[in-house]
Amino acid sequence: MGQRILITGTSRFLGGMLAKRLESDPDVETIIGVDTDPPLFDFERVEIVRADIRNPLFVKVLQTTRVDTVVHANVVADELEIGRGPMKEVNVIGSMQVLAACQKAQDLRRVVVRSSTEVYGSEPDGPAFFTEEMGPRGNPKTGYHRDILEVEQYSRDFGRRRPDVSLCVLRYANILGNTVDNPMSQYLGQPVVPTLLGFDPRIQFIHEDDAVEVLVRAVKSDVPGIFNVAADDAIYLSQAIRLAGRIHAPVLPPSVALAARLLGLLPFVPVPVNLVRYLAYGRVSDNTRLKTVFGYEPRYTVLDAIHDFALKKRAERMRPEPSEADWEEDLRRFIDRKLAETTETAGPDPAPTPSGDFPGGLSDA
Amino acid sequence: MPDRTAGRGTGARVIPLAHEQRRKARKVTPNEVAARARAAAASRRQARSARRRADVARLPSEGARPVYGALADPRLRKAASFARRRLEGQYVVDEYGYDEELVEDVMAPLLDFLYESYWRVEVRGAENVPKHGPALLCANHSGVLPWDGVMLTLAVRNEVPSQPVLRLLAADLLWRIPFLSHWARKAGITVACDADAERLLLEGEMVGTFPEGFKGIGKPFSERYRLQRFGRGGYVEVAIRTGAVIVPVGIVGAEETYPMLGDVKILARLLGTPYFPVTPTFPLLGPLGAIPLPSKWIIEFGPPVETEDLMPEAAQDAMTVFNINDGIRDTIQQILYRNIMQRRSWFW
Repeated sequence: MGQRILITGTSRFLGGMLAKRLESDPDVETIIGVDTDPPLFDFERVEIVRADIRNPLFVKVLQTTRVDTVVHANVVADELEIGRGPMKEVNVIGSMQVLAACQKAQDLRRVVVRSSTEVYGSEPDGPAFFTEEMGPRGNPKTGYHRDILEVEQYSRDFGRRRPDVSLCVLRYANILGNTVDNPMSQYLGQPVVPTLLGFDPRIQFIHEDDAVEVLVRAVKSDVPGIFNVAADDAIYLSQAIRLAGRIHAPVLPPSVALAARLLGLLPFVPVPVNLVRYLAYGRVSDNTRLKTVFGYEPRYTVLDAIHDFALKKRAERMRPEPSEADWEEDLRRFIDRKLAETTETAGPDPAPTPSGDFPGGLSDA
Repeated sequence: MPDRTAGRGTGARVIPLAHEQRRKARKVTPNEVAARARAAAASRRQARSARRRADVARLPSEGARPVYGALADPRLRKAASFARRRLEGQYVVDEYGYDEELVEDVMAPLLDFLYESYWRVEVRGAENVPKHGPALLCANHSGVLPWDGVMLTLAVRNEVPSQPVLRLLAADLLWRIPFLSHWARKAGITVACDADAERLLLEGEMVGTFPEGFKGIGKPFSERYRLQRFGRGGYVEVAIRTGAVIVPVGIVGAEETYPMLGDVKILARLLGTPYFPVTPTFPLLGPLGAIPLPSKWIIEFGPPVETEDLMPEAAQDAMTVFNINDGIRDTIQQILYRNIMQRRSWFW
């Protein structure tokens, strides 16, 4: 019997990419994606359940599908995406519900939680490298920081209550690459990038390919523990902006609180509050445990990630009609899938079972 | 009865306690955790130099750029290419943020004037600094503004060229100050915390610390060259855990750069600084008061104190740590007294 996997947050980059990668894995029997928003891709095998993870019926989904692996990747980093209130609901209450449901799922063997290096906060006196055993320093100053701390607290509680399940918590650095779209890529993608005058923090990324690869391996292996998922090196924000081919504009007042308020008024891409602290003090985490215990060497350095990001930006500028190209690609994918489907129904290949048996009238993909 | 560590030619009178275990031989493996940390640090160090080579190889080569007629002067051309590479982000910094090119081409030439001509820094005992491998330099701190850190870094750079840059540990106040904080990072300074110091030493770097902290740098002129309490000896624990050598350093001359006559406590509290100095020129002359006096400096490196033959568990033993700490403080005080006596006056 193959692996039966449930992924939350398939409308987001990590969850969506993970589902896409697992689709082509013959050892995976079932993939179920749970999200309120439409998924990132139109999947072939993944059964998408349009549901809120906060719904009490979620536990029923876990029980009826008898999944053995749960990947909780539905964590919202961007305060401006849905607003602070709903963000907290999704991050804190959502994680609480997911892990509570996991506790009741008898067939569960493996839980992977997507966390963030945000747990370490951004403080002026933070060490050059944060290792996994370092806790948060001082009180959390931003909403996202508080959320992530709670997510990890629930994960720890879960790990204590279900010692038979191997729990893996992945603390991701900012993801950057040629497709990902997140607050950091939006911020670095502006033609003129505002920074805090007098501050040039050391920052760190994980290339999107590495980010997805780590998640895939976390699903396939059973190494328990907490791991920083970050590239080997670090870079100054100013150098990152220059390498991305942007104009570096140190304009904002050197008071972080004031800057956070003023950023909303400026005609730039709005920046979430947690990013403002990060832009003042930065944060770099140590990936030694990822390499030695988890067993994954990131293939890209921070410079590689910036380089890919810059290439993407340059390509975007060259492409005359980005909407048309997207549309064309969608069409091609649709035709390909239909072609595959017709050949499939002709053959004796067992098609993935429709998910009509879920309670609560949940639709399939 | 175990022999005295002082017998190793350290000058620090460290008397090991009877219950202290000593390693049978130098090559005995310490406990497994330390061994693993060391292995990880070694691979990090290797990976770093490999990455640096790759990054440097990726930089655009000088010859590939067009040379403008107006920039015939090689020095001008070099400056122009430097400026262009900087604006394009085509340079390499290490993962601690040390920007070697910026330090070597911009900062050090500017500061060399202070080192060579202004304060005429004289270095003694440079042979006490290990030529290779990790070392923890431990110096007295004085002079209102931390110029002693800058000069100590330059002294090591000039006198022990085989060592990589000295990584100073700076208290958290520095990291809140705009501009200074990132310049300090780029010069190779890092946050004064056990994690950073231990990591750097395990990777074989040289680390500098001023255990007196603000108590030393902000003491009144009347108490000059009188060492303050050496923190709680955290640096000794780090040295024991990593097996690094501690080199005591006495710096003479920094005390006279800004003779601190008074401390306006109310202003200091308002500004959030540990002290607000009153010197003969500050705040009387405003920004001009930041110009230091041209005192004569002597930096002496004392005999190194080995910690390698102590078990890592000794770091948990408060008395051992206290004794080593006290010995080092004593050594530095002796160096200071000796060098002050030999100096003819403040200024030469």
